[in-house]
Formats: sequence, structure tokens, C-alpha cells
Amino acid sequence: MPLLVLQRLVSTIPVLLVVAVIVFLMLRISGDPAAILAGDTATSAQIEAVRQAFGFDRPIWEQFLGWIVQVLQGDLGESLFTGLPVTTLIAQRIEPTLMLALTTIVFSVLVAVPLGVLAAWRSGTWIDRAVMVFAVLGFSVPVFVLGYGFMYVFSIELRLLPVQGYTSPFVDPVAFAQGIILPTLTLSCIYIALIARITRASVLETLNEDYIRTARAKGQVERTVLFRHALRNAAVPIVTVIGLGVALLIGGVVVTESVFNIPGLGRLVVDAITRRDYPIIQGLILFFALIYVVLNLIIDLAYTLLDPRIRY
Amino acid sequence: MTFKLTRRDLLAGAAATAGMSALPFGMGRARAAPSGVLRVIPHASLTILDPVATTGYIVRNHGYLIYDTLFAQDANLEVKPQMASGVEISDDKLTYRISLRDGLAWHDGSPVTAEDCALSLIRWGQVDGMGRRLFSYMESCTHDGTDTIVLKLSRPYGLVLQSIGKLSTNVPFMMPKRMAEKPTSERLTAEEQVGSGPFRFVGSEFRPGARVVYERNPDYVPRDEPASNAAGGKVVHLEGVEWINFPDPNTQLNALMTGEVDYWEQVPADLAPIVAGMPGVKVENFNPLGNMGMARFNSLVGASANPGVRKAIVRALDQTALLQAAVGSPEYYKECFSVFPCETTFANDADAGFIQEPDLEEAKKLLAESGYNGEPFVVLATTDIPVQTNYIQVIVDTMRRMGINVDAQAMDWATVLQRRASKNPIEDGGWNMFVTWWEGADLLDPVVQFAMSAAGDTAWVGWAQDDVIEGLRTEFAEAGSIDDQKEIARKIQSRFFEQNFHAVLGQFFTPTGYRDNVSGILEAPPFFWNIQKS
Repeated sequence: MPLLVLQRLVSTIPVLLVVAVIVFLMLRISGDPAAILAGDTATSAQIEAVRQAFGFDRPIWEQFLGWIVQVLQGDLGESLFTGLPVTTLIAQRIEPTLMLALTTIVFSVLVAVPLGVLAAWRSGTWIDRAVMVFAVLGFSVPVFVLGYGFMYVFSIELRLLPVQGYTSPFVDPVAFAQGIILPTLTLSCIYIALIARITRASVLETLNEDYIRTARAKGQVERTVLFRHALRNAAVPIVTVIGLGVALLIGGVVVTESVFNIPGLGRLVVDAITRRDYPIIQGLILFFALIYVVLNLIIDLAYTLLDPRIRY
Repeated sequence: MTFKLTRRDLLAGAAATAGMSALPFGMGRARAAPSGVLRVIPHASLTILDPVATTGYIVRNHGYLIYDTLFAQDANLEVKPQMASGVEISDDKLTYRISLRDGLAWHDGSPVTAEDCALSLIRWGQVDGMGRRLFSYMESCTHDGTDTIVLKLSRPYGLVLQSIGKLSTNVPFMMPKRMAEKPTSERLTAEEQVGSGPFRFVGSEFRPGARVVYERNPDYVPRDEPASNAAGGKVVHLEGVEWINFPDPNTQLNALMTGEVDYWEQVPADLAPIVAGMPGVKVENFNPLGNMGMARFNSLVGASANPGVRKAIVRALDQTALLQAAVGSPEYYKECFSVFPCETTFANDADAGFIQEPDLEEAKKLLAESGYNGEPFVVLATTDIPVQTNYIQVIVDTMRRMGINVDAQAMDWATVLQRRASKNPIEDGGWNMFVTWWEGADLLDPVVQFAMSAAGDTAWVGWAQDDVIEGLRTEFAEAGSIDDQKEIARKIQSRFFEQNFHAVLGQFFTPTGYRDNVSGILEAPPFFWNIQKS
């Protein structure tokens, strides 16, 4: 196991290097942000001065080497606009994203896994069909529609929850709970749908296995059969989906963050792209790539816990 | 197969439900903005923190919160002393001695000195169009060792105080020496935000793109005169101001409706009727100068380098149709057939008929006479700013109906900013036209109006070059009376409608939405002194 972890961690280096090269080149192809930085009334000479001050006039390979050396020292550079270190900006924004990811995944798993098991257990009945209809709807309805709908009902009409904003749980747990409920509900619809479908399919498959029949023949109660035997054996694909869901939640919830005005990483990267703030874009994409690699490793390790037959 | 629901399961479920209902849902309303702090939705994100080195209006608004100016314009656009106690002008009009009023201090407690202010003026004079012109007359900008800034000119210049008291970008904000000595190509950082204005920047709370926090400067000594626009006593009634960035207009609307924010700086025109109908909310236009839409031509390359082509396009554009498409509600736009904002000092009707009565057939004739031979006409078509996008659609349609081979290239505004800096020929990524707008305050006269500059390489993008206009701008700056200036402004407009370095697309207004417990809002740019929140 330790060898596997070490191998996988070493293998992240070429992955991150490829990501770094591609991101760096793609950004440079789109031109440099000197004109944006210089401002609306800047003359050509002023734009050129900014270009030189930020080093955009240097050859691309030279800029790349400079950046890579920085990154290897743990320095992702500074925002071209605010002058703040990219690591500081990530640190400022990661908490809302992690909290939203955590509440969404926990809530989704708590709802979706029992629903999926129930649908498999009652396969072909109205319960199964109802769960699948919900799953299709959860996939189909756009996140922003759900968000505005929840906002209209719970914030505007009932005045139960705030429209927007994020408060750290370490500052005000009550305000945090109030603020996180609607975005969590909104995002969870997709994940509940996804996890419930995977759980249903997976459990349904295991329910037809011989060992399930044996367990029932031995007189085990149905709940034990379902959760201890069927679900555990169906867990590998479910865990895979949950793990990838976490990765997606960390990097890809821009719409939800925008609708509920949560200052997370998704908005940070979109804002940086619209401004062409290269160091932030480069730093964040590297960071997201790292998250994906690490989460994949964790998922692989989780397989060995869930299925003793799997050994690396 | 049975699924047993035991008593233990039931009890667990009941406990969980009770726990959920115990959450203080009703306190959602308690997220209303705290009293004493004005929660504001600004029109853009604040990222650059140097209001002298860049022109973004959001950076200017940030500047007005934490910095102060030597002079400032009041609601009548008259220049009044602000940090200055007064000014002595020599008889030959070559020396200006500006004395500072007592009690001025930087936010770090150190006193404001004349040296700080002289250096601040020099830094501003390297960047701002009006500043550069002022400094072209400047022999020296120094101090007398005490509290007096001394400006020595090489020849009389009529716009000295108008320049250093200008209302909009780039505002000559005063900064401590260590900041004023920084090259303009290097930006001021969050740690360096030390001004002498009525609010202090709270650097530890700065979340670029999300939140900016200002607190009242308890040591600020306001002037005795009543507040009027950027001039007069900057009396702060609030404990602080918090800018919260919302990427989504619907959420902005909902947050104002529920009282989670107090002040929405720029309500989109299409949402204004909805906001106006919300209980507890008011909508008002605090910027009577509004904004002027502008289609800027590249005067260096391709078809747009041909004055005949430019003239033909301008002749065809119908301002009313453009404004209807771009803004919609007539309450928030106004046709304006002058190169200066209508109802301001230098607005005039010289040759205004040329754009007042658009004529497509005559435009086609002018185009034929220009020698245009069907070469591609590249329009940098912004897609992420609705007003610009709508303007462009009408313009492109008009140009196509004229017979112009328009290549409208869709892109976001950031890409427009990148592309428009290029002087390359069309086939190498060059361009012919983009659309933007300026605040009326930036267009008040031919000198403050940087878009009017026709100095070639040092002019605004598009690089207009015309010695006649430049000569008239100089005459305007040196004119002895307002009547002389008005006459010159007419000549400039006439000449401009011959050259057409840009098309004037009319005037429009962006109202402000605010809760009805907020009062004392001054005319724009948004100022946050004088505001009270009950």
C-alpha cells in the first residue's frame, strides 16, 4: 500500500507538468493582458511599459521557465491585478467551496443511497419508478432554475432563509447553516439523482447474486441483506461516483456560486479568466488537477477497504 | 420480503426532524444589513487598487472613499477647494501657490505635507490625459517646505484648477510620498492603501471579486461647507461601507428586495421597473450627466482609416433606434446630438443635423464616393455587456444595409481590450470598430474628453490624428473666457463631424436602487459621505 501511494504521487508529476504546459501555452496564445492592465485611456507607450513591467515581452519559454521555477518553490505567483499571492487568494476562497462540497456530498449520500437501495429492492414497483423519475428530473432541470426556484419559495415568499452570501461556520455557525441550505439543496438534486441511479443499478445487480440468495435462505433479516451484503458489494461504483462528484464540486460549481453569491474557487477562476489574470488561472488549474489526482488516489485506496479482493 | 420499521428507527427519525425544525430558519431575515454599515452592490469588482494609474470607474469610486483631492467639482461642476485652503495665482498667471488646510492627516497618523501632494500631482500628470496636457505647460511642481504646493507654468494655461479638480478618471487623488513616488507601471497593493479621505480601507477584509470593506475615518476633518458632489464637507454618518460583488443580477434584485443589501449602484434598465415596484425600495438616477455611447473607429488601418467611410457610417446611424435597442425604456435614455453631454456647458448644435437626421440613402452615396471597395470591416463585437451587444447589433445591421462587408467578430470585453490595442493591418488581427461608453463627466469639455484627442500615437485607441482639432483643443485650454471656450467647442464639434473619429450613440442613464431607510445620497460618481441609514 505505501508503495502504491508513493508510485501514484510520483506519477502526478508528469500529469501536472503536462497540465502546466498546456494551460500556459493556451493562455499565451490568447494574447497578453497588458492593454487590460493599462486601462481604458492608456496610450500605446503606456501599454508597452506595462508589458515590459510584467515581463510579457519576454520569450514564452523564458516566461514558462520562470513560472515553473516559482511553482516548484511552492509559489504560484501573484495576481496581476491585485498583487496578492495566488496561494492567498486560493486560501481565501477554498473554505466556502469545501463547505459547500461537504454539505452537498453528505446530504446527497444520506438521501441518494437509501433511495437507490429502496428502488433496487422494490424494482419494478411504483417506488422504483418514482425514484427514477426524480433522478431524471434531478439531471434535467438546470441548476440555476432550481436555485431561483428555491430562492423564490424560501427567501422571497416565506422569508425563511437568506437570498445569498456565505458566513464561515467558525465565525457564526447559525448564519452558516442558514446560508448553506439553499445552495446545498440546489446542488444536491443532481448528485442525489446521479448517486441514486448508480446505487440502484449496482445493488440490483448484486441482489441477483448467489450469496444474496444464500443470505436470505439462512434467514437473515432483509435490512441486513440489503445493507450489509448487497450494498457493500455494490459500493465500488458508488464510491467512484461520489469521489468524482467531490472533485467536480471543488472546481465546477460556478453557477451555484454565482446564483447564491458564494465567494468560492469557481467564481475566482471565472473572474480570473474574464480579466486574463494569468497567474490565478494557471495556479488554480494546477490546483484542480492536483485535487483530481489526489481524489482518484483516495478512491483507489477506498476500493481495497470495500472489497478485500482488490489488492494493488 | 419485509422491511421492518422498528420503534428505535421511528424515534431516531423523530429526533432528526425535531433537530431540523430547531434551526433558526426565521432568522433568515436577520441577515439584513447591519445598521450603520451600508451594504452596497457596486457596478464591478474592485481588483486594481491604484486609482491614479488606471481608469476603471470602480477604482475611481474606491479612490473617492479613501483618498482626498486638492480641489473638487460641486454639483454645478464648479471647482472648489477641498484639501486646499485656497490658491494664490500670480498676476502673470504663471505661478499657482496652493496652500493646504489645517488638520489633514494620512490614515497612518502622519500629517499630509505639500511635498506628498506635489509628488502625487506629478504621478497623476504622467498618466491622465488632462494631466499630461497640464504638465506640458509645467515648468515645475514643487513645494515651499511648509504647507504650500507651488506650480510654475511656462505659459498661461486656463485649465489648471479644472485639471487638478477634475471629477472623473483619472482623479488626481493625493497620496503619501512613498506611494506617490511609485512608478505608474507598478501598482499600489492592498497593504499600501493609505489615504487621507473620509473612509479607511480595511485590508484584512479585502476579498478581490467578492468583498471590500471600508470603515469611517474618525480623524477626518470635513470642510464646513455643505456637501455637493465631490466638493464640500465630507461628513460621514455611517460606521462603514461594505461592497459586495454579485455576479448575478437576479440575485442582486432579490438581495435588495429582502434588505440584505441597502444600495444597488447600477440597476440595469430592464430591471428598473421591477425594482421600482418593490416595497421599501426606491429607484433614482443620481447621475444627471449619464453615459454617452460611442462607436470608435480605428483611424490607422483598413476601411476605417478612410474619413469618407467613417462619415458615411455616421450618417446612417439612427440614434433613436440604437438607444431603443441598447437601453429600452425611454425613461433611461436621451438622444444627444452633440459630442459633449447634452445640457452641459459646451454641448452645442454645430452641424448636429448631420447625425440628427440619419439618411441611409445619402450614407450609401457617401460610401460610394469614399472609394470603399468592399474590403472586410472588422467590428470587435462585445458579447458580455448587454448595452454594447445591443448597440453593435443595430450598427452592424445598418452597415450591412449600406453595403459594407462587415466581419463582426464576437468576443468578451477583455478580448476587445486586448485586440483594440493592436495597430496591425486587418489581415494580421487588426480591427475597424468597437463600441463602448464613457461617463458624461469624462466628456464635459474637449480637453477632459480623451476620446477627442487627435494627437495620433498619444491619442486614445483608434489613434485619431488631426492637427486642426489638436490646435483647437490647445486654443480651448488657453482661452481667456468661458464664451471663447464655447465658441471653440462649436468649432471642434464642426471639425469632428467632418472627421468622425467615433460615432456618438446617444446618452443613457443607469439608476440606483436603494432601501427607503437610506437618505442623503449625493449625485454621482457614487459618494458615500453624507449618506444616512436609519
